[in-house]
Amino acid sequence: MTLTLQLFLIVSTALFCIGLLAALSRRHAIFILIGIEMMLAAANLNFIAFWRFSLDPHQPTGVMIAIFSIAIAAAEAAVGLALVISVYRHYRTTNVDELDQLKG
Amino acid sequence: MNTAAFIVIAILTLAAALAAATLQKLMHAALSFAVTFVGIAAFFFLLGAEFVGLVQVFVYIGAVAVLIVFTILLTRRDVEKDRGFNWSGVVIAIAVFGGLICAIFKTQSVSVAAPAIPALTVKRIGEVLMTNYVWPLQCVGLLLTAALIGALILVMEEKG
Repeated sequence: MTLTLQLFLIVSTALFCIGLLAALSRRHAIFILIGIEMMLAAANLNFIAFWRFSLDPHQPTGVMIAIFSIAIAAAEAAVGLALVISVYRHYRTTNVDELDQLKG
Repeated sequence: MNTAAFIVIAILTLAAALAAATLQKLMHAALSFAVTFVGIAAFFFLLGAEFVGLVQVFVYIGAVAVLIVFTILLTRRDVEKDRGFNWSGVVIAIAVFGGLICAIFKTQSVSVAAPAIPALTVKRIGEVLMTNYVWPLQCVGLLLTAALIGALILVMEEKG
């Protein structure tokens, strides 16, 4: 069985949907961040797979996008976790269902 | 590319991702989240992008996963399990998965085999980063500085 692009896309889709599952169905703020990071990693895998199977691989466009995406995801994870710590300090909870002060 | 390697890495990654998404104890979920990233880095190696695989190991496993573990330790209460699980999230995730898989199978242009490519060297990545992508590089530097300052301000204790 030769490896086609389809197989890599199926794996990255499954990873994205598992990340979506974690982000949508968990009530702890850190789990939601874990889900978001997993979705970003699945998108990176997608980019690299498309770069590898492209017709002009001398242009490392997919690789560069993935490198920048990893940097941005790390920055966003840091800020998100700082937010979680700050919220925990004020409200002593990390359950996002209990953070409803801005609710209309 | 090795088919057996692909299957092993795919099973490892997806199993670890499912464990990270569904385990009750936070610490176990965070550690299997790190194993997921090991699997993704292995995929990058399989696809010939070794530099990105190593960057992934350094940044995601070495920084993000460790940061998540530290935050779990800092925001711990008496019970460290996650109470409450929303089942509609499972339905939405399966629906999105089904839709995307349909789209993948209907596209003819993605069922191609891998062409033989010259190896991507770090020299080439460095050249491209400094010539074509120099502005995104500066912007990412600025963004990382802003994120650093922002994160520090968010967790700094106010005096008085």
